[in-house]
Amino acid sequence: MLAYVIRRLFSTIIVMAVVALVVFSLLYFTPGDPAAILAGDAATDDDIRRIREKLGLNEPFFVRFGGWVWALLHGDLGTSIFTNLPVTHLIGQRVEPTASLTLLTLVLAVAVAVPLGVVAAARAGSWLDRAVMAFSVLGFSVPVFVLAYILILVFSIDLEWLPVQGYRSIHEDFWDWLRHLILPSIALGTVYIALIARITRASMLDVLAQDYIRTAQAKGLAPPAVLIGHALKNAGVPIVTIIGIGIALLIGGAVVTETVFAIPGIGRLTVDAILRRDYPIIQGVILIFSAAYVLVNLLVDLSYMFFDPRIRY
Amino acid sequence: MATLALEGQPASESPTWRRFREAFRRHPTAIAGAVVLLAMAGMAAFAPWLGTVDPESVAPALRLKHPSAEFWFGTDMLGRDVYSRVLYGARVSLTIGIAVAIASTALGLAIGLVTGYLRWLDAVIMRIMDGLMSIPPVLLAIALMALTKASMQNVIIAITVAEMPRVVRLVRSLVLTLREEPYVEAAIAAGTTLPRILLRHILPNTMAPLLVQATYVCASAMITEAILSFIGAGTPPNIPSWGNIMAEGRSLFQIAGYLVIFPGICLSLTVLSVNLLGDGMRDALDPRLARRM
Repeated sequence: MLAYVIRRLFSTIIVMAVVALVVFSLLYFTPGDPAAILAGDAATDDDIRRIREKLGLNEPFFVRFGGWVWALLHGDLGTSIFTNLPVTHLIGQRVEPTASLTLLTLVLAVAVAVPLGVVAAARAGSWLDRAVMAFSVLGFSVPVFVLAYILILVFSIDLEWLPVQGYRSIHEDFWDWLRHLILPSIALGTVYIALIARITRASMLDVLAQDYIRTAQAKGLAPPAVLIGHALKNAGVPIVTIIGIGIALLIGGAVVTETVFAIPGIGRLTVDAILRRDYPIIQGVILIFSAAYVLVNLLVDLSYMFFDPRIRY
Repeated sequence: MATLALEGQPASESPTWRRFREAFRRHPTAIAGAVVLLAMAGMAAFAPWLGTVDPESVAPALRLKHPSAEFWFGTDMLGRDVYSRVLYGARVSLTIGIAVAIASTALGLAIGLVTGYLRWLDAVIMRIMDGLMSIPPVLLAIALMALTKASMQNVIIAITVAEMPRVVRLVRSLVLTLREEPYVEAAIAAGTTLPRILLRHILPNTMAPLLVQATYVCASAMITEAILSFIGAGTPPNIPSWGNIMAEGRSLFQIAGYLVIFPGICLSLTVLSVNLLGDGMRDALDPRLARRM
């Protein structure tokens, strides 16, 4: 088992190295002069030279990449072109709202989606099952910001139940923090719920067709005990896998959700950076988010051992 | 009637196509998807003849008119007709969705076929694909758009790069299964050359799942385009795409919600119909999966 953990850690490091290489080399592989594009249309030759200097575009690729990775390993993500502040500092300031939003959404989505999938599978073919499947297709199809605006229109503007926009720190006022995050979490979580519910249902249907489920039922176990204790645990591997993979949707969606709800998080920082063409910030954000994604999926891989003890690598 | 017509068909009709037709009969949602999609495509193609005006013509005196008989979807802050802009926007969304689906499928197929068959190349390419897949697709597209000039072509390229690794994964796993099939072994034993094995024996069998995947890529590309345009990293503002129209309506949402709602509904409806079509095709091509999903 330890050998497996070490092997997975090692391949995680390789994946992160490739991510770093990709994110870094985008600057070199994109056609045209990135310095000129980053500087914008109104830039003078001097501005362009300054940016090229700053990004080290004059130096050979591997020299620059080596230096960049070295700094990265020391926790240095570079400095913003626009504000001249360290990228780590800028991202650090914005972590709380984004972490609040994504974690709350994650918890909410799993808490809603897994029971939905289980019930749909237990009552396969019923109206409930069909409703869950219809919701799932709809959830895939309505983009997060369209849903966000519909929610704002109904619950904030029409009914005036919840704030339209903004964010309150959890340290200041817990209930206000929650009130501000309810609509964003629903908007962001819907596609994720759709995904998890669909896979949960499919995985449960597979397991429910197994002989040991019939045995459990035959020996007189209560249906919920069969459903949860026997079926759900054995259906766990595909479910946690999709929860891990779905994090990518959550991260991409967070950028948009923060824009719609004016939440001052990393997503908002990214959007501002796009408008100012502040590539070091975008680079830093991608690295941080990809690292989070890779780490979550490492945990998912390790969790397989809990759901399926036969997996002994 | 229908059964008679079926029996009248030559017996050589491939089972795939017969399954296709039966499943479509059994899946009215897929038919509905196809119809809505055709309607959207028709709207996009015939936009100039559907009561639209120039989507770029500004009329400051008529700005922010709510939907009415004269302006079906209202007008925006520059007095442009939102109905016309939404119809012309359909062109952008559909073009990008279809272009990305074709490009990433073709690229993914080429790379997947070769890596599935050449072990030494496989290790290198798949590590790169793993890395690409670890970057959330929207962020990868954002990074590419930040480094290039805003244009429809660049949006297509950026989204293709973000979508392609998943297609490579799919094709590679198909090839890894197919290469163990007895008829491939037989072809190898008969001395068939590698390109011929790939093109004649492997490629045709990857087509069905790939077609399904392509519809999902198309749906996801349309959403990604809207997201990119919405946050200002997508189609240039002078081209009315659904994402752009919504982005411009964003700040006025509380007084003119229709600016966001109409393009939003069109986008959702189009993506929904593509997804329904994809689900229908998947069920038709894989009856075993159909029961579960």
